[in-house]
Amino acid sequence: MAEAIRIDILDIEFKEEVLDKVPDANFDLCLTCGTCTGGCPASEQFDMDPRKLIRMLNLGMDEQIIKSEWKWVCSMCGRCVLACPMKVNVPALIFNLRASVPREKRPKGILGSCDQHIRTGSAMGAKKEDFEFTVLDVAEEIREDHPGFEDLFVTVDREGAGMVLNQNSREPVTEPEEMGPLWKILHTVGADWTYPSVMWAGENYCMFMADNEGWRYIIEEFVHHVDNNLKSPMVVNTE
Amino acid sequence: MRKFNIPHKFELITIIELYAQWIRQGKLKVNSDWNRSIGAKFTVQDPCNIGRKSGSNKIVDELRFVVKTVVGEENFIDTVPNRENNFCCGGGGGALQAGFQDQRRAYGRTKFNQIIATGATYIIAPCHNCHGQIEDIGEYYGGNYHVVHLWTIICLAMGMLADTERTYLGPDLAQLGL
Repeated sequence: MAEAIRIDILDIEFKEEVLDKVPDANFDLCLTCGTCTGGCPASEQFDMDPRKLIRMLNLGMDEQIIKSEWKWVCSMCGRCVLACPMKVNVPALIFNLRASVPREKRPKGILGSCDQHIRTGSAMGAKKEDFEFTVLDVAEEIREDHPGFEDLFVTVDREGAGMVLNQNSREPVTEPEEMGPLWKILHTVGADWTYPSVMWAGENYCMFMADNEGWRYIIEEFVHHVDNNLKSPMVVNTE
Repeated sequence: MRKFNIPHKFELITIIELYAQWIRQGKLKVNSDWNRSIGAKFTVQDPCNIGRKSGSNKIVDELRFVVKTVVGEENFIDTVPNRENNFCCGGGGGALQAGFQDQRRAYGRTKFNQIIATGATYIIAPCHNCHGQIEDIGEYYGGNYHVVHLWTIICLAMGMLADTERTYLGPDLAQLGL
């Protein structure tokens, strides 16, 4: 006969550790109904799914869940929590599983993008000088070559602009001509806008990497620049 | 900012909400006349961050308002499920750079099937992670759709899209209005 699992004598550490940080994650309320798993596109990858992960967490199988690479396949999209009748916060668990990996051992691609962002202001490593040069250069081309946009007005760090736009670094770095259509729309409606030179990029890989310190640094630098240097009342997320 | 409780004086808004606002105010004079006879079919990808994770359908509903205005209501086919219940593309949360390509593509199969079921030739993906992932799974699984930015279609509809700004358009629209 199979032996019963004595839950009272299990050594359950990781769950307590995460609950200290996220007290309302509701891991103990899981009914094992599987609604999360039924609607999760990451289910079965690496032989894991959200229900199984919560079971393993609640049984104290800390070593196995910390080792599983599933935490990098789950995109923390939150569909499981939305559907969960008990609001078990799987993404919060994933975030903390990611954070439990030593920083230098997290996936190279994400780590590299996070470090580049902290260093230069964008995940693709384009410095603010390069960003400004590219932006002004593309704007000049449009003014010269695109009829109707001879007075297209594009600026970086213009104090007092009505709105500050962020820009995913993919455009200025790999396909700068893709910025044109957005600017033309802004021009057509007469928007009073500028780009920031500090932390100008729209992405944030430090967030994906569960690097709270890096994530926070990027946001704080950006907020400080907009509030104190540019003094703009509005920030527009372009994606 | 919410997570770290960082105080800020500015208001944070998405460009999608502004497009919708400008259309209603008559500042952005755009319509779907260009697509009336062509009938190119469009669907949208709801990025998790502006849909489900924003806490309401406000932004993704504005997205639909803008898209329907620009391509024509009859040329818009929604995905099932959609809005707050939409499937993630599988590229988010850093997955595109995490190095687990096979698993990422297996995840994306759900999104691919969902797009194919709409029969649309164009999918508007207002998020760079989604854009990258949906292009990749389209090539990998052999979908014949094109992933486009919203600004491309707005400018196309308004006759102000230059020949250098058409990388993502399919052959049916590549020359339109030039």
